[in-house]
Amino acid sequence: MSSLEIWLVILAGMVVTYLTRLSFTVLVPPDRLSPAFGRGLIYIPPAVLAAIVLPELILVDGEIAILLTNHQLVAGSLAALIAWRLKNTWLTIASGMLALWLLTTL
Amino acid sequence: MSPEGHPKSPNFRSEFLAGVRDLLPILLGVMPFGLIFGALAISVGIPPLAAQFFSLLVFAGSAQFIAVGLIGEMAPVIVIVVTIFVVNLRHALYSASMSPHFAPLSMRWKLSLSWLLTDEAFATATTRYQRGNTDAAHWYTLGTGLALWSAWQISTALGILLGGEIPTSFPLAFALPLTFIALLVPTLRDRPTVAAAASAGVIAVLLSGLPLRLGLLMGAVAGIGIGLWIDRKAANVQS
Repeated sequence: MSSLEIWLVILAGMVVTYLTRLSFTVLVPPDRLSPAFGRGLIYIPPAVLAAIVLPELILVDGEIAILLTNHQLVAGSLAALIAWRLKNTWLTIASGMLALWLLTTL
Repeated sequence: MSPEGHPKSPNFRSEFLAGVRDLLPILLGVMPFGLIFGALAISVGIPPLAAQFFSLLVFAGSAQFIAVGLIGEMAPVIVIVVTIFVVNLRHALYSASMSPHFAPLSMRWKLSLSWLLTDEAFATATTRYQRGNTDAAHWYTLGTGLALWSAWQISTALGILLGGEIPTSFPLAFALPLTFIALLVPTLRDRPTVAAAASAGVIAVLLSGLPLRLGLLMGAVAGIGIGLWIDRKAANVQS
């Protein structure tokens, strides 16, 4: 691919990405939309974050693996428990990494 | 003085620094990906300056990875740009979620904070807005956004410089899903939010075979709908 094409991808990629980020903060203020839209806003963080996290934990090589041998799922579940009880980001990440390391080396 | 206040005002400075501090653990998950991105971009023949500008201007991790893969496969420019757009559509949800919080701010603030809207900074800022007393929370949001942006630039630059010396499979890669777990758990506050998260996650898993990470987007949209539906059912029972 020519370097002109690469720069074109970068500049157009910047424009389309910025448009998604500006969509409701600047381009279409939600006060013009329905009240249901306003109530829906509080479900955005849990829904999007769960849609990012769950496939990372449950899928192994693209296959669903709800098994104790799925180390990422076990370590991730422990981290979720720590996050829930202790509400500490450092401890959540540290416990998850430690658990994964123990499971894969033992 | 502008309504947003002066950067030297102690309240604004402490909010900004709190935003930076709360994002620091997230960087453990993000920086390895910046390193790998820089190295990967060089390996498919992207010039070093362009690789850095990818992170400077697009500033969206997963879209950047997919775009670099497509550049390596010599995909047409228009296909790559449409892919970047679709992969980044979830930012429209973040934009909608932040819009009531940004509404009182000046256009300059809206443009700046929107530029910095990423998965990690959005989720961190959300926990700040949930705590209330939000008069200066935009400074917190700026802190989270700038901390993540700076770390993404530095790690991309290191990846470009170190290139082939970066191993492609990092044991640290698991830190990124863990940071998202740390961000997800505090958002689960009641039955509708738990239902929204559970249904979004399950649908994203079932649709994970779809291209352009569309399973993520469709799972998220379905989860929001189910959260709203349970919310409304509960409201009907009470009235």
